[in-house]
Amino acid sequence: MSLSTIWVYADAAADKPLTITLELLAKARTLGASSVEAFCGGDATALAATLGAHGAAKVHHVGDLGGQLPGPAVAAAMAAAIGAGAAPDLIMFGMTYEGRDIAARLSVKLGKTVLTNSTDVRVDGDEVVAQTAIFGGNTLVDTAFVGAGPHLAMFRPKSFAAEEGGAAGGELLAVAVPELGAAGAARIIERHVEASSGPKLDEANVVVSGGRGLGEAAKYSMIEDLAKLLKAAPGASRAIVDAGWVPYSYQVGQTGKVVKPTVYIAAGISGATQHMVGMKGSKNIIAINKDKEAPIFGIADLGIVGDVHKVLPKLIEALQARS
Amino acid sequence: MNVVVCVKQIPDPASPGALDPATNTLKREGKLILDESDSYGVEMALQLVGTAGSGEVSLVSMAPNGEVSGLRTALAMGAAKAVLVSDPALQGSDALTTARVLAKAIERLGGADLIITATESTDGYTGTVPEQIAAFLDLPAVTFAKHVVVDGSSLKVKRQTEAGYDDVECPLPAVISVTAGVVEPRYPSFKGIMAAKSKPVDTVTAADLGLSADQVGWAGSGQKVVAVKAAEARAAGEVIEDDGEGYLKVVAFLESLKVI
Ligand SMILES: Cc1cc2nc3c(=O)[nH]c(=O)nc-3n(C[C@H](O)[C@H](O)[C@H](O)COP(=O)(O)OP(=O)(O)OC[C@H]3O[C@@H](n4cnc5c(N)ncnc54)[C@H](O)[C@@H]3O)c2cc1C
Ligand SMILES: Nc1ncnc2c1ncn2[C@@H]1O[C@H](COP(=O)(O)O)[C@@H](O)[C@H]1O
Repeated sequence: MSLSTIWVYADAAADKPLTITLELLAKARTLGASSVEAFCGGDATALAATLGAHGAAKVHHVGDLGGQLPGPAVAAAMAAAIGAGAAPDLIMFGMTYEGRDIAARLSVKLGKTVLTNSTDVRVDGDEVVAQTAIFGGNTLVDTAFVGAGPHLAMFRPKSFAAEEGGAAGGELLAVAVPELGAAGAARIIERHVEASSGPKLDEANVVVSGGRGLGEAAKYSMIEDLAKLLKAAPGASRAIVDAGWVPYSYQVGQTGKVVKPTVYIAAGISGATQHMVGMKGSKNIIAINKDKEAPIFGIADLGIVGDVHKVLPKLIEALQARS
Repeated sequence: MNVVVCVKQIPDPASPGALDPATNTLKREGKLILDESDSYGVEMALQLVGTAGSGEVSLVSMAPNGEVSGLRTALAMGAAKAVLVSDPALQGSDALTTARVLAKAIERLGGADLIITATESTDGYTGTVPEQIAAFLDLPAVTFAKHVVVDGSSLKVKRQTEAGYDDVECPLPAVISVTAGVVEPRYPSFKGIMAAKSKPVDTVTAADLGLSADQVGWAGSGQKVVAVKAAEARAAGEVIEDDGEGYLKVVAFLESLKVI
């Protein structure tokens, strides 16, 4: 069986597709489908060219949602298009805020399961099979969809490499949003963007992350100083995000960002599975921890068993002397 | 104000997870505990009902073998009653079926003004059940809530986003999923633990909720595991004790990678 049409749900922020969307388009192009198309949860006029350059022959969009949350609205628009006979075989979502909500709403409308946290997908004979990694990424499970499409699959960021390609396209097509009733009653009143300096966490070549081992919020400044010196993005474990030391956008891991930099420095981080799944794909990992049994040392290329309050200041000083 | 909290009962995360070779699903026998992610939902519910000054907090859970130990913890925190759905026919259910079952259990309780879940469970972490429940109940939902206030018959939520957060307003009844750290969960008092023993737990089967065998469990899951294999592990590198010069090793390593 070859796939006829694949839809990729296009997440966007500040009129730019998220990296995960470009990663999914690159993967979709390799599955031998007759048509790869993007489906956008807002006004995609500014996105169509980029999505087209990454392989989207068509760009369906629901236009400005006027404060509605994308979950109910986009799922209803997708279900209506499918009901009208334009059913794709596979719909690919990123594991993002909007991707989760839309896939969840659509799965109920279509009565279809969702394979989440996928890290790969293939066509195997007449089955579509998604792969996921469990137990902290140490065990790989291949799961096939049963029955007819459209198959709903959600993917972890950084499972594929984003690259331009495919036939130039990006034809913009408006899609109507049906009446939602009570399900669509929530409204976004105001959007708050948290400024972050330096390179973006999930695109930076170097990431410096801090954890509870820093001891107190004020000590996070060592992470920021080191990051500046290395032109790196500052990151964090969930423990210190929950403690309110840094904003959620700094969090690396299963519920935070997934990063694959050239160098990941982990200072005062134990290396819980939920953190490691967000950074174990880094090319080089340096860990600084006073406990030589800390799990992070199991995946570190260079491990320093020591006190961050001693190692980091000297490291910062040495780098300042060089610049 | 009546709040229903979905609480998952999971194997203790401290003990390593294992797959049941016969079914390729997570092994779930042995004692199950309250998923820590849901302790935030229970605490949030208790605070909201406390502020409202009337109503109660009820719990719904789907778990095998009539398991109630996690429920007892949440009841000891102050929830009033619980519905437990436990049925061998549910084994192998996917998130969609879990949400269908939980939505039926919530309807069985009746009168929910607000339904609270966590953003993701510790052992399943699909993150889809909250919005699926809302879809089955035809309710609005605000997921990834990091701050919640009830203002009369509507909800004011700070919702986490890619770029920061949004202020979202939503009429009740509604579903929300809350992130960890949103509130500080209380420890059950001795009095609470004692009282929890006598609080009602209504245990039901899939059939009691009007769900037929082919809608649930393996038959209803729409997926099948075709292979399980070990991922190639990442080798550990050099680990050295800091003798005061450990930072020089880091500098040398960064130099070798041409990062500095
Ligand atoms: C559903 C779910 C999702 C999750 N998602 C994420 C996620 O996305 N990202 C994430 O990070 N976590 C996540 N977690 C939490 C994760 O399980 C861990 O709790 C968390 O990563 C621990 O953070 P930490 O390593 O900073 O703290 P700890 O585990 O407390 O480790 C602190 C480390 O610092 C070391 N240390 C202490 N003092 C010093 C010192 N002076 N010098 C050097 N080292 C020192 C200690 O030896 C210890 O190893 C999730 C959990 C759940 C249940
Ligand atoms: N079996 C269950 N019983 C009760 N609540 C559940 C169950 N499964 C999921 N939930 C709720 O849905 C949230 C998200 O779960 P998941 O979609 O598995 O990540 C969990 O944090 C719980 O609040």
